[in-house]
Order: sequence, then C-alpha cells, then structure tokens
Amino acid sequence: MQTLNLSLNIGPRKLVRSLNWQVDPGQCWCVIGRNGAGKSTLLRALVGLRQPDGGEVRMQGKPLSDWPLTALARERAYLPQGRNDAFGYRAIETVLAARHPYQDDRYWDAESDYQVARASLRALDVESLAERDVRTLSGGERQRVAIAAALAQEAPLLLLDEPASALDLAHQVGVMELLARLCREQQKSVVLVSHDLNLAHSVATHALLLMGDGGWQAGPVDEVMTAALLSDCLGYPIDIVQHGRRRIYIPAEETTNE
Amino acid sequence: MHSSVLILPSFRERRRAVAILAMLGAAGLASILFACAIGSVSLSAGELFGALGELLRGKPESLAATLLELRLGRALSAFVTGATLALAGVMMQALLRNPLADPYVLGVSGGAAVGALAAILFMAAAWVVDVAAFGGAIAVAVLLLLLARRDLRGSGGDGNAPMLLLTGVIVAAGCSALITLMLSIAPDNRLRGMVFWLIGDLSATQLRWLPWLIWSGALIFAIRVARAINVMALHAEAAATLGISVARLRQGLFLSSALLTASAVSSAGSIGFVGLIVPHACRFAWGPDHRLLLPAATLAGGSFLVLADTLARTVIAPQQLPVGVITALIGVPVFLVQLHQLYRR
Repeated sequence: MQTLNLSLNIGPRKLVRSLNWQVDPGQCWCVIGRNGAGKSTLLRALVGLRQPDGGEVRMQGKPLSDWPLTALARERAYLPQGRNDAFGYRAIETVLAARHPYQDDRYWDAESDYQVARASLRALDVESLAERDVRTLSGGERQRVAIAAALAQEAPLLLLDEPASALDLAHQVGVMELLARLCREQQKSVVLVSHDLNLAHSVATHALLLMGDGGWQAGPVDEVMTAALLSDCLGYPIDIVQHGRRRIYIPAEETTNE
Repeated sequence: MHSSVLILPSFRERRRAVAILAMLGAAGLASILFACAIGSVSLSAGELFGALGELLRGKPESLAATLLELRLGRALSAFVTGATLALAGVMMQALLRNPLADPYVLGVSGGAAVGALAAILFMAAAWVVDVAAFGGAIAVAVLLLLLARRDLRGSGGDGNAPMLLLTGVIVAAGCSALITLMLSIAPDNRLRGMVFWLIGDLSATQLRWLPWLIWSGALIFAIRVARAINVMALHAEAAATLGISVARLRQGLFLSSALLTASAVSSAGSIGFVGLIVPHACRFAWGPDHRLLLPAATLAGGSFLVLADTLARTVIAPQQLPVGVITALIGVPVFLVQLHQLYRR
C-alpha cells in the first residue's frame, strides 16, 4: 500500500499534509498522535471509507477507486474503533460474515469458512464464546471477536484502529505477539493505531507520527520513536528508559518550580 | 460415539434452515386451508377437497365450491399482504439497523392513507382508492429519497441512517395531520369507510396479481442480497471494507420496502404490527441471520395474517371486524412480552 501526496482536512484544519508513505509486506506500522490528530481519519481514508482532500491511496500500484470492492476486500481488512451491535448475532456469525468476499458463488457458509472462523476465534482465545450473543460479551471479549473477524478476512494487509484498547494486560500482549508473528511468518502488513507507546514499540517495525498540524514523520521505530520526536508529537515530554533489551517510554516528570 | 459429532457445522446450519422453511411453508398451506374451512358455514375436509376439485376444473357449481372461491380469494389476499408486510419490516429494520423499526415508521403508509382517504372523501370508485393509495405511498417514498439523499448515498459517517429516520418520522407526522384534517371534515356516511381503511381491512379486497408480483420480485432481490444485509447489519458503513456497496444496498432496501408497503397498504389499508412483531418473533426464535430470516419472516407473516383475518370474520359473526384490530390486539401484548424478555437477558 502506498499514499501519494495524501492530504486530509477536517473543516479548516489540516490533519495530514502531502503524506508520501509506503507499507511493504512484513512491516508492522504504528500510527502515533494525540487525540484528534487524525489517526482514525487517516485509517478511514486508507481503506476508502473517506475521500482524501488531495492525493491518493494506492494498493499494488492501482488507485483505490479503480479496485472492485470485493477484490479490495480480499486485499485488506479494517477494524474500526467502536462497535455498535444492533442485532443479536452469535460471535461465530460475526466472524463468518468476514468471509463475504470469498462467497460470491454460494449462499450458505462452506465448511472451509467455518474452519477459518474457528481458527481465528482460537487465535484470539475466544473460541469458547463462539455461540454467545455478541451483545452479551464484555468490551474486551467483543473486541477480540472483532479482531478475529478481521483475521478471518485473510487479507495480506490489516488496518486496526486501537486493537488493544479494551483488552486486559495478558490479551494486549497476546494480540501484539500474534500481529508480530503474522508479519514475520506470513509476510502480512499491519497498520495499527495505539496510544500505548510501550506496547507499540514491542510489535512495530516502523512508526508514523502525526504531529497534529499536518506534519508527519515516518520511518523505522528506532529512528522515529525518539524522545524528542515523541515529545513533540504528543505535546508532553517523554523519557526513554533502557530496561535490558527493551526501551520503556515514560512521561517525564515535569519540574514543579517555574 | 455420538452421531451428531460427525455432522459438519456448515451442513447442520443448512439442514436447520431447510427444516424451518419447510415447516413454515406447510404452516402457510395449513392456515389457508383452515381459513377456507371456517366461517358461517363450515366445510368438512371431504367437502373442501371436493370443492377444490370443482374450482380447479373451472366449474364451481355446489355451495361448497362458491364458498371456497370466496374464502380462498380472501385467504390468498391475506397471505400475500401479511407476507409483504413482514418482508418490508425485515428490510426496513436492516436498513435502519434497528430491530424495532416497522414498515410504517417512515411515513410511506401515511402517504398511502392520505391518498386513499382523499379518494374516499371525493366518493371515488374502489379501484381509484387503491390507485390513490399506491400513488400517495410512492410520492412519500420519492420525497424521502430526495430529502435523505445523504444517508442513502451511504457516505454519512453514521451507520444507522439517522437523517432518513428523522425525515421519515416528520413526514409521517405531516401525513397524520392531513388524515386528521380529512376525518374532521368528512361527512358521516363516508367516515366509517375511512376509519375501516385506516385500521386495515381485508373484507373488500379482490385477488390481484400485482401484489404477488411485487412480493416475489422483492423476495428474490432480498435473497440475493441476504448475505450483504448481514454484513451491513453488523458493520454499518464499514461493510464497504468487506466488499459491499453500501449506498446501492441501502437504496435497494429502501425502494423495495417502500414498494412492498405501498402494495400491501393499497390493497388492505394500514394493517399494523405485522411488519413489526413477525420479524421480531422470527429473529427471537431463529436468530438474526437474514439468509434464513427473510424467507422465514415472510412465510410466517403470511400465515399470521390469514389466521388473524379468519379470526376477524368469525369471532363476532355475522359482523366482521377489521383485521387491523385483531393484529393490534395480538401484537401489542406479544411485543411487550418480547421487549421485556429482550432486556431481561
């Protein structure tokens, strides 16, 4: 996936100014920025739910608008931020629905669809919830079922808007390890939005910082996730602590006397 | 070894759907036969089949055959009206992503009522009333289509089509003001006909082909997009990322449910609750999967209205009740019980 001179505005505000960016197979990108910096808007534009205000998004060299929707759905999966369940579907049904792009020639789900759906639920540790009404699940359980659905779409590119936000510590780590493994072993690409810098750093190979004024910084994590750039991006001083082989990001203590 | 362990889940779902639909189809037939047998003169099974034979040969001579002809025509009208309303209900609920929506919520039936009552008020012939009702419904549908373009184009950020819903509710309120206006200036001798039309009444309907045509056309469309409806019901506008062209699906659902509502309302008046409780009960019993829900609800809606109409013409015979009274009397408590159970879970 590639963006050429992509610009996004909300009203008079410039969120992203001429973003030239490329996501290659095997890369895991983390999008970082403060609230309202345009992270979700960027993701919506990348999947084609929002028209860019300038420039374009390309998949395999072809502009999004030239792709048939079904073919595009086999190339990338999208996990939106919030979920609002109007109907009482079972968890497995929500995952089976993600098989839609592969079901052109049939009405009912095939056995292979069930196998993919089961495997995705198992990967997210929610197989035991398969028959539950999604409206009765907890926020974190529902979130994991939604991630399972995104996996079941079997697309080489995953765009996930705050996938770990509602999860407990163990599942946050589990989901991040799963994503890192998908990039490493299956050469998938992941673009994820996260507010947790440590979690992001544990999984991401690259980072895209949105500065909030239209500016941006993109590159490998070690070059971009520096104390100076992050402090600027998030509008709060950040300290980096080296803990064994890991980098830990903590908000710096502000001096109390002026 | 337990035998059910060996059955694949994909096959189990399919077998379950076929069993449910076969059962509902049989129930539909049974309800129509029952409606034919019951009345001021009841027919035994032998008489019923004898009369059926006469009808099929095209020579209804006996009393039984004449009765059957009358009752069968009315039962078939009831079936197609109920099936149409239930199908419109499921489509409207999917379109608005709200299981409590019904086909009348957007004012399409209000438009039909304005047309029909105006025709009755000016003493038009029966067929003019039907045409006026159909025209009124379509006029409101077109008006909504223009006013709520934003939601139907599918580019709005909100998945539940709030613009369409609010516009529809206000248009419906406007229609009901016009209805009240006409009722208050109508002379007494026409008031009864107008009120019966508003409640929904099958006693004057004739068997026509058009409602069957509209129903089967809409059902074919519904089955073709059933999987896409599931995806949209789950993901709202993000369904586009799964390959659904949301705008086109919304427009299709809106147009078919408006056409279905216009068809049902113009042949039988605004019969309430069928489009609300039948889809709801089916969803409650068999789940929200539209691949099963669409055909199941439409079959159940047909049978339900046949039985309700049979009740309406027999319960205080020889006087006949408008069927809308029966559906509302059954519908309100059933709906309240379901709502209560829904929120207790």
